[in-house]
Amino acid sequence: MNVSKRRVRAIFRKELREYRRNGAIVATMAILPLIFLIQPLIEVFALPASASGALSHEDPLLYLLAIPALVPAIVAGYSVVGERQQGTLEPVLTTPVRREEFLLGKALAALVPSLAVSYAVYAFFLACVELFAHPGVASALVRGPDLLAQLLFTPLLAGWSIWVGIGISARSSEVRVAQQLGLLASLPSVAVTTLIALNVIHATLGLALGGAAALLLLNRLGWRITSAMFDRERLITGAR
Amino acid sequence: MGSDDGAPGLAGLPERYGDGAGRQARGTAAIEVKHLTKHFGGRTAFADVSFSVARGEVFGFLGPNGAGKTTTVRTLGTLIAPTSGSATIAGIPLTPENGVEIRRRVSIMPESPGLYLRLSVAENLQCFADLYQAPDPKDRIERALRAVHLADRAHDACGTLSKGLRQRVALARALLSDPEVLFLDEPTSGLDPVAARDVHELIDALRRSGVTIFLTTHRLEEAERLCDRVAILNTTLRTTGRPDELRDRLFAKTLTVRTLAPLPEPGRVFAGLPAVDSWHPDGPAGYVLAVSDPAAAAPAVTRALVAADADVLSISESHHSLEDVYLELIDQDQKASQQ
Repeated sequence: MNVSKRRVRAIFRKELREYRRNGAIVATMAILPLIFLIQPLIEVFALPASASGALSHEDPLLYLLAIPALVPAIVAGYSVVGERQQGTLEPVLTTPVRREEFLLGKALAALVPSLAVSYAVYAFFLACVELFAHPGVASALVRGPDLLAQLLFTPLLAGWSIWVGIGISARSSEVRVAQQLGLLASLPSVAVTTLIALNVIHATLGLALGGAAALLLLNRLGWRITSAMFDRERLITGAR
Repeated sequence: MGSDDGAPGLAGLPERYGDGAGRQARGTAAIEVKHLTKHFGGRTAFADVSFSVARGEVFGFLGPNGAGKTTTVRTLGTLIAPTSGSATIAGIPLTPENGVEIRRRVSIMPESPGLYLRLSVAENLQCFADLYQAPDPKDRIERALRAVHLADRAHDACGTLSKGLRQRVALARALLSDPEVLFLDEPTSGLDPVAARDVHELIDALRRSGVTIFLTTHRLEEAERLCDRVAILNTTLRTTGRPDELRDRLFAKTLTVRTLAPLPEPGRVFAGLPAVDSWHPDGPAGYVLAVSDPAAAAPAVTRALVAADADVLSISESHHSLEDVYLELIDQDQKASQQ
């Protein structure tokens, strides 16, 4: 199967333009990260220098990986059923666009802003820690392996969340239901990263590599399974 | 939708249609449908539909609500898979594997424009030009917008346009791909008469440039004016043909005679005329004569009336519209379903 880059880019660009002009989407993408940013920042600022010893054995910043897991779920949940509800899906499906191209365009359009938001929040968090937290706490928190984990797992978690969200969106008949189910489906990955952040699951290099490989595979499978679930006839006629 | 250069509706149409290239191919089938059927579970959308549309033809597809018109368009546009039967669109067999290739050659304008309302007209068209992988998309967009007389609204957000203008944008979008077959599903639905006339002019222009048009409509006068042939669908295909053919097929040709006073012995006047097959009274001083050739019968009837000393007010050929044909067929269906 040949995937046309031009068609994928057409869907991607159209989606980004729509997001930019849709206040509700911009607000949703901004609010969730803010919630995840404020409380940890306050806690970190309040930590005394003596806390640095304990922090050096934990990975509390992995908590921020919840952002790439949750933020794209909202956009991905909207992606197919939203178009269907506003009546724009049928004209698109009458063009030669393949479902894989359509879905790839949608997924990239959800991925790019999610990555931008996640990395920006992480960078902002690190900058605040370096500038305002106790120097001992800052050096305990800002570590190379954590930074690497954040860089690596952000797109993988976002990707998984996007494919699950689009898959649900392709089979739903209501935007809100699709978004809620998409968020619910993202919770297991949030739970895992939170358990690692709280040191319930001990982070090791092996765990990181295994987790990354598993997520990579899930992302690939997600694209294939979502493509298989994307049924033009069902989407057009609403048949179950 | 007159053009800027005085040739109504032609400005901006794809160049390949500009000099009769399409007309050369007239005669070969652009759409060939054989025994096509679609069921949704236990419900039949349409059954055993067969027809053929020649290249460059404007083919009207008429039928009441729920008759299966839109489902037929969606099936031929590869959005829906048929339950049984076969079809060839733009020379390509309708199979799941050929979906992309068929969609490359046809364009469908759905009943609802389905535009991205937050995007400008040009941005909407840019997206679709890329989806069709149209060469030189900027030029295509400009030509399509000129064809629907919207060049000056290219940068307006679609959400700010009236319904009629949105319909025109949808039509411009359908023209972007330079289609061999253009499916128009109720293109004038909800439009005011002026906007509807603009769409008619564009369809006329497209016909002149050789595009095959498959037009579903509720407006019978629209079908009668625009279409070379029409089909009437009511789940099954009731009839297909030129509007005048359908009239002849369904209704006997008649002459209606009005006289100042009732004829004392109308049977003696009409019954002996070889051009008149039968007759019946129509009001106190009116008579309807069944004839096989109204042009030949009218002078003979006039002479007979004059010979009978009748004061003739009028002799006219009865005209049946496509609407009469349509209503007659739908009435027949309703009666059949009641029995």
